[in-house]
Amino acid sequence: MNSATTTPILEARHVSKSFGKFKALQDVSTSFMPGTLTAIIGPNGAGKSTFFNVLSGAFPPSSGQILFNGKDITGMQQHEFARIGISKSFQITNVFKQLSVHENVRVAAQMETARYNFLRNAQSYPKPIEVADELLHRVNLEHLRNKKTADLAHGQQRALEIAMALACNPALLLLDEPTAGMSPEETLVMMELIRTLASERTVILVEHKMKLIMGLCKRIIVLHHGEFLAEGTPEEIQNNAEVRRVYLGQG
Amino acid sequence: MVKQERWAKALKFMKSFFQLIARHRVLASTLFLAIFPFIMPYEALAINILIFGLFAMGFNLLFGYMGLLSFGHAAFLGIGSYLTGIGIVHYGMPWGYAILVGVIGAAIGGLIMGYLAIRTRGIYFSMVTLALGQIVYYIFYKAESLTGGENGLRGVRVDEFNVLGMPVDFLNPLVKYYVILFFVVIAIWLISRILSSPLGAVMEAIRENEKRAAACGFDVARTKLLVFVLSAAICGLAGSLRALHLSIVPIDSLHYLQSGQAVMMSILGGMGTFFGPFIGAAVMLYLEDVVTTFTKHWMAVVGLVFMFFVLFFPKGIWGTILSKLQINQDSK
Repeated sequence: MNSATTTPILEARHVSKSFGKFKALQDVSTSFMPGTLTAIIGPNGAGKSTFFNVLSGAFPPSSGQILFNGKDITGMQQHEFARIGISKSFQITNVFKQLSVHENVRVAAQMETARYNFLRNAQSYPKPIEVADELLHRVNLEHLRNKKTADLAHGQQRALEIAMALACNPALLLLDEPTAGMSPEETLVMMELIRTLASERTVILVEHKMKLIMGLCKRIIVLHHGEFLAEGTPEEIQNNAEVRRVYLGQG
Repeated sequence: MVKQERWAKALKFMKSFFQLIARHRVLASTLFLAIFPFIMPYEALAINILIFGLFAMGFNLLFGYMGLLSFGHAAFLGIGSYLTGIGIVHYGMPWGYAILVGVIGAAIGGLIMGYLAIRTRGIYFSMVTLALGQIVYYIFYKAESLTGGENGLRGVRVDEFNVLGMPVDFLNPLVKYYVILFFVVIAIWLISRILSSPLGAVMEAIRENEKRAAACGFDVARTKLLVFVLSAAICGLAGSLRALHLSIVPIDSLHYLQSGQAVMMSILGGMGTFFGPFIGAAVMLYLEDVVTTFTKHWMAVVGLVFMFFVLFFPKGIWGTILSKLQINQDSK
C-alpha cells in the first residue's frame, strides 16, 4: 500500500466539545479511510450530532484537532470546509425554498466558478448548469426542475439537499440522518442512493435507525454519553456486550 | 360561458404582457420612465419619484434580495447628497465629478457601516445600522462650515452645460428630468445585471438559508459586505441626484425617517421584486402630493394605505400581481 491510501481522509484527535458546563463530547479519537462508508450511531444524547457538527465544520471543537488528508483544519470556517472538499447535508432539511429546484443545485455548483461576480449573467456559465442537470437526474428530480422548492414533498427536499451537497464534487460527504422523516419507500431509495455515492467517494453518516445501516456499511462507530464506546463491523457491534447494554437495551 | 372565455383570454393576455415586462425589465422601465413625466401632474414630482424609486431599489437589493433589514440607509442618501453638494459648492467641481464623489463616498460609508453591522443578525442588525446612521447624521450636522448644519447646504447650482456641443438647460424641469433619468437608467441596468449574476443567485441563497449557503462554500459575511456596499453606492447615487435636483442639501436627507421610507416603499411595492420598490415610491409620493392639497396630515392617509397593503396584500403591489398571474421571478 502506498501512503496515499494509508493516510486517513479525516481524523479526529482527542476531540472534546462543551456547551457551557455541559460536556457534549469528551476526548473522541477516530479516523476515516478514503473510499469507506462509516456510520456513527448512538442512543439519544450520545453526542452524534455534536460530533457530526465538529467533523463537518459547523463549529470548532473546544479542544483537540481535526485533520483532513493529514492537514490540520481545526478552526476553519464552514465555507472553507466546503472549499477543500468536505460537504454535508443537515439533519433538518436546509434548502433554498423560494428558489426553483434547478436554481438550488446551480447555485451550489457555482461555488467553484463564480462566487462574487456581479456583472456577468449567471446563465453564461455552462458548467454549473450542466452539473445541476446531471445531479437532478441522479436524485430523480429532473421532472421537477422548474418547480418552486417549497412545493416539494419532504423526501424530495432531502434528495435535493443531497444533490446540493454533491454539487461541489466533494471528496468527503457527511450526512446527518439522511432518512429522517422519510416514508419506508423513500428510505429505500435514499439508501440505494447512498450506496452508489459511497462507491465513488468517502461517506460518513450519522444514523438513528440501527437496522438501516447494518446492511449498508462495513464500519460503525458507537458513541455514548459523548464518549467513544466502540467501533467495528456491523456483526462486531451487534455482538459487543457493551453496545448491547447501552444502545440496544438488551443488557 | 362566453363571458368566462373572454375573461380567461384577458387573463392570458395580461400574463404574457407582464411576463414580457419581467423579461425585458430594463427596457420596460426605460420606456415607461421616458413617458412618465407626462402622466404626472408636474415634473418635480416625477423627478422626486425617480430619485426615491432608485433609493428604494438600492435598498431593496439588501433588504428584499438578501434579507437584511437596514434602518440606516438614510446615511447613504445623505452622504451622496452632501458630498456632491460640497464638491460643487466648496470645491467648484464639475457636476459629473461631484456625482462620482458622492457615489464613491457612499460606497466607502457602506463599507464601514457594513463591516460593523454584518456581524449581527436580525433585529440587532437593524439596530446597529440605525445607530450608525444616526452617527452619520450628527457628524454632518456638526460639520457646519462644510454642510451648513441645520440650514442645510445651499447653492448646489447647476444651470447649463454642454453635451457633445449641445447646450442643455438644467433649469428646465423636463430637461432636468431626462438628465437625471439617464443616470437612473444606468443604475437600473446595473441592478438588473447584479440580480441575474452569480452573486445575485448567492444573495437569494443567503436570504433563503444562510447555513446551507455556507455549507455550499460561500463566504456569507463577505457576500453580505459586498452587497451592502453595492446597495450603499446605488443609494448614494440617488442622493447625489437629489442634491442636483433640489439645488440644496437639506439635513433631513440623513434623517432616519428617510430610512423608514425606503422600508415602506419596498414593502408597499413588493420587497424582493424588481419593480416593486419603484412602484412603492411612486404610489407613496403621489399620494403625499395629492393628500397634502387638502390636509397636512398626509402621513395618516399614507399610513392607512400602507397598513391596508401589509394586512391584505403582504406581497406588495407588484408582488401580488406577479403571484396572482403566477409569473416566476426566476425567468431571466
